[in-house]
Amino acid sequence: MAKTHVTMKVNGAEVEGLVEPRTLLVHFIRESLGMTGTHIGCETTHCGACTVDIDGMSVKSCTMFAVQAQGSDITTVEGMANADGSLSALQEGFRMMHGLQCGFCTPGMIMRAHRLLKENPSPSEEEIRMGISGNICRCTGYQNIVRAIQYAAAKLNGIEFKEAAE
Amino acid sequence: MIPGAFSYHRPASVADAVKLLSDLGEDARPLAGGHSLVPMMKLRLASPAHLVDLHGIAGLKGIGRDGNSLVIGAMTTQHDLLASDDVARSVPILHEAALLIADPQVRYRGTIGGNVANGDPGNDMPALMLTLGATYRLEGPNGAREVKAADFYQGAYFTALEPGEILTAVSIPVPAPGHGYAYEKLKRKVGDYATAAAAVVLTMASGKVASCAIGLTNVHETPLLATAAAQAVIGTSLDAAALKNAAAAAEAIMAPAADTRGPVEYRKHVGGIMVARALQRAASRAR
Repeated sequence: MAKTHVTMKVNGAEVEGLVEPRTLLVHFIRESLGMTGTHIGCETTHCGACTVDIDGMSVKSCTMFAVQAQGSDITTVEGMANADGSLSALQEGFRMMHGLQCGFCTPGMIMRAHRLLKENPSPSEEEIRMGISGNICRCTGYQNIVRAIQYAAAKLNGIEFKEAAE
Repeated sequence: MIPGAFSYHRPASVADAVKLLSDLGEDARPLAGGHSLVPMMKLRLASPAHLVDLHGIAGLKGIGRDGNSLVIGAMTTQHDLLASDDVARSVPILHEAALLIADPQVRYRGTIGGNVANGDPGNDMPALMLTLGATYRLEGPNGAREVKAADFYQGAYFTALEPGEILTAVSIPVPAPGHGYAYEKLKRKVGDYATAAAAVVLTMASGKVASCAIGLTNVHETPLLATAAAQAVIGTSLDAAALKNAAAAAEAIMAPAADTRGPVEYRKHVGGIMVARALQRAASRAR
């Protein structure tokens, strides 16, 4: 099958490559670009581990072809640190609140939480839980993931994070 | 999982898309949001030789008005519907139902056109379209035609679409001001298809139901308009007897498949409960 030349912006850098039409975006990111932070979990559009940010949308990159991303602006978990390399508020939140155990879901959780906080900077716990309902975690029970996102929201809003009483 | 090989086409107009689909024949499939088709392709349950991606056609996206109807372009996403003030104000049941479809990521990509045109009995929008009396615009090699949602669904994944035709827009008559509405969906978890779901749009006058339409999701191989159930509540105050009659009339036309969501009897039973709950909630919202 003839390959197609694609160009797109990933984490601020222009990238290009040759892809078959059937190449999924997640495979292009991991195998052609060598950015393995974006994970492949279920491969059936359920688990959200492969979530990346495309033109201001959270997208499961296993359910889109790389040719469809031609000309788009993509952010992956590799692009989430601050410009000086320090941890962003979300990354810090996941670290401080122990928002990961095995860590497999984490890239997708962070990318989804990134867009959620852009759209809703002060979400309620319920809104956070619905906001990450397309991401599945099997070992934290979501408790610490929710706290991590609350931590990040507080930090981004310039207020002190206070944990809810247990 | 990697899909089978295919050729990718990205037409810039409906005319070009129709020509591609007509020329390429049965080996070609239109690609909208792709969140039904791409997983099917990865599982090799679908292996189209050609995909005609509709994302390059600018005119297929957007929400507008034509007289007293809301006209929604086929490539408008569920996320776009949720972001629309006009939808939330004039056809709020669409907003309520869109929030119950899949999950946030899927709603950024999933389109109303794909949802209604795929013919999947598990999709939520088709029963809403029956309830609201919507019309679909189909464009094909022989021109454009309008088909009522009520005449569109013929079987599971089998619709009135002819070879080469694309569903390009959905037209929804705006319900009367002060109408009540509810979409009640029983599902096992966020993102699941309905075990059973019911859509209700009604108007009340002096405490009694003046008009009513009821649609049912995933309890038959096609979405259903529960006409007898709606008739059973008109003129009543939705007392216990009226609700029981409506649920029974709705259950009488259900023929769900037995699957992991439950046996036939269970799915019909909860389908009746969804009808009663939707009626009560719709009435509580009517002014």
